[in-house]
Amino acid sequence: MILVWLIVILMAGGLLAWLSKKLNPELPRWVALAAVLLDLILIVYVWITLKAPADSAWLLRYEVPWIPQWGVSFSLALDGLSLLMLVLTFFLGLLAVLISWKEIKNKTGFFHFNLLWVLAGITGVFLTMDLFLFYFFWEVMLIPMYFLIGVWGHENRTYAAYKFFLFTQASGLLMLLAILGLYFIYGSETGTYTFNYFDLLNTPLAPAAARLLMFGFLAAFLVKLPVVPFHSWLPDAHSQAPTAGSLILAGLLLKTGAYGLLRFVLPLFPTATVEFAPWAMLLGVIGIIYGAVVAYSQTDLKRLVAYTSVSHMGFVILGVFAFNEWALQGVVMQMIAHGLSTGALFILAGFLYERIHTRDITQMGGFWAKAPKMGVIALVFVMASLGLPGLGNFIAEFLTLVGSWQANNWLTVFATIGIVMATAYSLRIMQKVFYEPGPQHESFRDLNFREMLIAVPMVLGLLWLGLYPQPILNTAKPSINEQLQAYTAPEPTIAEPKTAFHRQPDATIDINQLAINQRAFSNLQIFQSSN
Amino acid sequence: MSQTDFIYLMPLLILTFAVLVSMLVIAAWRNHKIIYVITALSFIAAFGSLYELRTTTAYIIEPMFVIDGFGVFYIGLILLTSLLVSMLSYAYFEQREERKEEYYLLLVLATLGACVLVISTHFASLFLGLEILSISLYALIPYLRTRPRSDEAGIKYLILAAFSSAFMLFGMALVYFSTGTMVFSGLAASIAGMQELPLLLLTGIGMMLIGVGFKLGVVPFHMWTPDVYEGAPAPVTAFIATVSKGGVLGLLIRFFMEVDGFRYPVLVTILTIVAIASMFAGNLLALMQKNVKRILAYSSISHLGYILVAFMAGNQMGVEAVTFYLVAYFITSVGAFGVVAMLSDKNSDAELLEDYKGLLWRRPWTAAVFSAMLLSLAGIPLTAGFVGKFYIIAAGINDQLWLLVVMLVLNSVIGLYYYIKIIAVMFQQPETEREPAIRLRPSVYVASAGTLAVLALLLVYVGVYPTGLVQLIQNVLVSVPEIVSK
Repeated sequence: MILVWLIVILMAGGLLAWLSKKLNPELPRWVALAAVLLDLILIVYVWITLKAPADSAWLLRYEVPWIPQWGVSFSLALDGLSLLMLVLTFFLGLLAVLISWKEIKNKTGFFHFNLLWVLAGITGVFLTMDLFLFYFFWEVMLIPMYFLIGVWGHENRTYAAYKFFLFTQASGLLMLLAILGLYFIYGSETGTYTFNYFDLLNTPLAPAAARLLMFGFLAAFLVKLPVVPFHSWLPDAHSQAPTAGSLILAGLLLKTGAYGLLRFVLPLFPTATVEFAPWAMLLGVIGIIYGAVVAYSQTDLKRLVAYTSVSHMGFVILGVFAFNEWALQGVVMQMIAHGLSTGALFILAGFLYERIHTRDITQMGGFWAKAPKMGVIALVFVMASLGLPGLGNFIAEFLTLVGSWQANNWLTVFATIGIVMATAYSLRIMQKVFYEPGPQHESFRDLNFREMLIAVPMVLGLLWLGLYPQPILNTAKPSINEQLQAYTAPEPTIAEPKTAFHRQPDATIDINQLAINQRAFSNLQIFQSSN
Repeated sequence: MSQTDFIYLMPLLILTFAVLVSMLVIAAWRNHKIIYVITALSFIAAFGSLYELRTTTAYIIEPMFVIDGFGVFYIGLILLTSLLVSMLSYAYFEQREERKEEYYLLLVLATLGACVLVISTHFASLFLGLEILSISLYALIPYLRTRPRSDEAGIKYLILAAFSSAFMLFGMALVYFSTGTMVFSGLAASIAGMQELPLLLLTGIGMMLIGVGFKLGVVPFHMWTPDVYEGAPAPVTAFIATVSKGGVLGLLIRFFMEVDGFRYPVLVTILTIVAIASMFAGNLLALMQKNVKRILAYSSISHLGYILVAFMAGNQMGVEAVTFYLVAYFITSVGAFGVVAMLSDKNSDAELLEDYKGLLWRRPWTAAVFSAMLLSLAGIPLTAGFVGKFYIIAAGINDQLWLLVVMLVLNSVIGLYYYIKIIAVMFQQPETEREPAIRLRPSVYVASAGTLAVLALLLVYVGVYPTGLVQLIQNVLVSVPEIVSK
């Protein structure tokens, strides 16, 4: 029941915020703050108190029939993965409310309505275990986001909002077709028509059908992630959105794509994904390098950060299609760390825009002297983004690369080059904005209390992820193993198929090695010693 | 005619009676409010009389009509929609100079025609119903004579509809010539054994389909749609978009299910082409429009294309999907044109995109309702349109109509663009601050605003909790053996 409340609080809060505008234009902010804070407290409470049962990855389940004629139920479930995503959602949601406190001055009621409904849609996506409901929430995220960009965005907002909407909607419809295909195949094979995730996991699929259906799902997730040929909506949407919008886009909406890959694509189509894996990893590596190169050449700060997202999300797809626990742990870490670090950079861009009303980094420079607090904080964010040890992104990228090395050596080598490039573009931000002398701006003030209140938790969060990631890894572990069940668990599948993990002739050795690695991994609490 | 026949025809009789009463009242005392009340009451009474027929098994009135669950459901849908249209009409016509009373009379007559259509099983009753509907529309479309484009719309509809009626009649004659019967079931029996249709019979059915196609406004018989939508008064446009098309669609379903037209590849091919062409033509042409009524006109062409996709499934699920989509589409269309009607002033309808600029900040509630309607047309969740579209896609995939389903998905994306365009215009920054809403007399205003509010709530209710409606549709279809057996 607590899972329903998480969504209901946000939706009701959104309506309340809209209506409360009538009383006082400042009231919606407080309503929104209260709603998100309440959700954050609830989810942290769940995290601390609830221990997973030994035999199952699922912490909480809730299910009532919704449209019984079609086998649709209002089915929510929480495991470690969704739990982590929800903590991130509400944490960033809280910051999104705070960051808009001064930035959004008109139509505050409608703004906070949209903000809370995006969060509600995202929460639903992370929780639902019914594919109809999943598609439903997937779409619920879009409309409010469209309004956030289209109404409160920067100069070119209408175009960006259109582009965002059409890309995601078109790809979402392909996913709908795949969902329905799966629904009817399962129905005709078993006689029961249902959208329930746990039932559909057992759908007997012919290889050709599995491949087609997988591409339907991939369409939605790869566009959302985004993977390189489908990324062109992202720089526009990110750079035109208001700061809170960029924060939610980068921090959360992209993660729904990654989450979808983990939750649906991997367990539903174990054979088809293995076939597709080399291509997917290649796309990931292309994304890492392309994103980094293009980011380096941007002058618009928000566009630059947007392209770094493309680069960082390349690691996610690289890791997901490595099919081992190391890589998936890395992916989960990357989702969280990237949510914080990129969100933080967008917030930084927001701070700068508030002061000098431009996003052009050639108009910036020499702020280190004028605003030392901001400089230090920016340094932490930039270092996180380039993957400095001690901060969250390092753990994420390290784990991902260790995992993907086992799956594909050469692609991993190229992905590592991407990290070097990350250093280049990240340091360029620092250099251009804070160190180089630049045009003079009158009255450039340092961070005030509210801004510190936003920035400091992000710094702490990144440090925590970097120094003591064990709680996160522990929480994610059972559900990651669950997603990987089809790839690892039964002994015969490890011994027999050469195609399962590798296509190289010497696969047997590697697989044995891998099995040992994994056992070692689960016994040893990694990074325990490094602390 | 026996006494039971009377009970079963009660809805139609009430409407006929209401027309006569209104006519006498107008002759005696011309008053807008009285006629309006009579109209509304007659719709409610006719709808109430359906209560007696709710558990009906098919009741046949030889040879013209069959009153079964399907027919009762469609009649109910038509009556409720007409009621909503008349509610919206009151405020709209109250501002205008012309004589208003005859409008309601024609509206009731047209509704009667549509109701006859959905229960007819004989060419004669079919044609009668179609003509009652069309002839009332000839007068309704150019009702506001003084407005610039209304004559054009009226004449265009008159000529094309008369043309299509002629096609229809010729088609019926050919069918009668080759089979010797005018009853649907007789026709079905005489072609039951045939693997392929003889040319003459095929021509006959083809010509009848042309007649139906004109009424539905599907490509290539769609030319009248934008002009008529634009020229007709907004409530009449709502009526054409919903009741007129719904009635004909009900007829088409009954006819095809009875004769089992899906057995013949020629017919299936024709309908497939018509469906795909309607989706594309409607959506692509809508992209270029600057007039909201024309955009909605082209969008209605494409929506009929979507409906044909489910219709092509040709089984029970397909009929369910069509019916569900039709309900969603009725709610949405009446709502959308209701907003247009509400924003219209004395001289012209609010039809240009500029009229909607910044609407959200000037009249937030109206704009919110309009946005909801447009999002429903686009098929976005939380609205009835989403569930409807989902149902259609499901029906299509269930019958493995992959080509049609993929085309539908492609078109949904194209369609999205122009719906969003209208919404984006409404969200633009206003030049003026919130205008003082021009209030008519509060009672008048409440009728329109209340209707829109009801429609918006229905839209969300069906979108969030469709179970009730799905259950209802499945229940009423049980009494129709032609559909259930498929």
